[in-house]
Amino acid sequence: MDIIWTLLEALIKAVVILTLILLFAAALGVWAERKISAWIQNRIGPNRVGPFGLLQPFADVFKLFMKEDLIPKAADKTFHRIAPIITLGIAISVYAVIPFAGDVQIGDKVYHMGIAPDLNIGILFVLALTSVGVYGITLAGWSSNNKYSLLGGLRSSAQMISYELSMGLALVGVLLIAGSLSLNDIVGKQDVIWRWNVIFQPLGFILFLVSSFAETNRTPFDLPEAEPELVGGYNTEYSGMKFGMFFLAEYANMATASAIMVLLYFGGWQLPIPAEWLGLQQGSISLAIVQFLNFMLKIALFVFFFIWVRWTVPRFRYDQLMNLGWKVLLPLALLNVLLTAIGIWILK
Amino acid sequence: MNIRKNTEAERLNFWEKLYLPEIAKGMGITFRQMFKPKFTRQYPEEVWIPTGSYRGRPVLVNEDDGERCIACGLCSRVCPALAIEVQAAETEREKERYPVKFEINMLRCIYCGFCEEVCPEEAIVMSKDYDLVFTSQEEAILGKDKLLVHISKLQDRLEFLRQYK
Repeated sequence: MDIIWTLLEALIKAVVILTLILLFAAALGVWAERKISAWIQNRIGPNRVGPFGLLQPFADVFKLFMKEDLIPKAADKTFHRIAPIITLGIAISVYAVIPFAGDVQIGDKVYHMGIAPDLNIGILFVLALTSVGVYGITLAGWSSNNKYSLLGGLRSSAQMISYELSMGLALVGVLLIAGSLSLNDIVGKQDVIWRWNVIFQPLGFILFLVSSFAETNRTPFDLPEAEPELVGGYNTEYSGMKFGMFFLAEYANMATASAIMVLLYFGGWQLPIPAEWLGLQQGSISLAIVQFLNFMLKIALFVFFFIWVRWTVPRFRYDQLMNLGWKVLLPLALLNVLLTAIGIWILK
Repeated sequence: MNIRKNTEAERLNFWEKLYLPEIAKGMGITFRQMFKPKFTRQYPEEVWIPTGSYRGRPVLVNEDDGERCIACGLCSRVCPALAIEVQAAETEREKERYPVKFEINMLRCIYCGFCEEVCPEEAIVMSKDYDLVFTSQEEAILGKDKLLVHISKLQDRLEFLRQYK
């Protein structure tokens, strides 16, 4: 009986979080992208569909559903179909381990505010999944049987390899401080603003930030889709909702990367000041709501940052990208690990 | 290798080579842009009214005592897109000729303004209408009923023609 309840709980959480991510993170992300790009270019942006154009992404998705779903004759049909599913599926499933708020205690039962209850290898799971995400893009590029798509897919995989290393190494600093791979433990250590990891790990944070731009294929590292050179790269041959899935996955990925950065460096759902100062009890529902909103706000700020950078910085050249990844970020990440280790050794 | 070196690494100083301060500078610029006044015109609500020099839909000038056109057919002759069809007829009035049929196919019209230029009577002029919508090909052929516009509405264009033609 107990297992059924646990499963049911996980299912309800999954449905709630998925709706939240797909509707808010992805749809709102698309809207924010268009609005912010418009503002930066002294335009108004979408404002016809719904209040402030907020329903624009839904209109866009509706349009994509209505479009003919074209599969090129020369394409590998199976993989062509699977690729967007992998990309979107991976982008969403990362949310399984992300804690959205502190634990809530009702009666004598403790509820974890995430789908998978406190996975002890949380951050490893996230890294593993985001690495698998590259399969979606590479497969999409390869199965389209189009030279530009293939180039996009190749670039994506090469980029992923170059940046995942420095990303993982930048992370090690945080892990050394927290002494745990569990996201709950990492967040738990950062209970006030002066104990947020970004203060101890400024270099690590910058490395992680740059790498996550490459990881999510966002400008200035959006070489896999580079519209002017590769006519859309891996999604050239996609139409209709399959293209829509790549599109949504990009924004879901952006939200994921933001969430991870918030969790690792900006205290996750922890408030900047101790919760007791606000008169909220540990484990109460009201505190959980405040923490959740706090977490969402932090993610929103990071998503804004992602979009802001996209409309400021031009795309890197491919050799610059490789130089940056291997010759700059990787040595710096190693240095960061060394410095952190020495710091911890001295302070102990 | 006697080519003078002018690589990126030589042109940039240390801070510029770090990328990040420069990117931060650029992001400052884009952030400031966000709060500047917008250039967008909210079109259907905020209609743009062109000046007299604008070449919109060609129309026939209608004065209080009837149309100016004498159906000489010059506009039809000069029209590069063959959009104009004129059929002349005679009346008892002082101005003996008038067009019994005057049609402009707006799907062919290229808004070049040659008809206006060639017209000896200043009877066909370009108006300010630019938002033309048709739902069928037949509808796009405008007859006299739609082409005749009273002179009071065309003052800007006539003024312009008198000054610059």
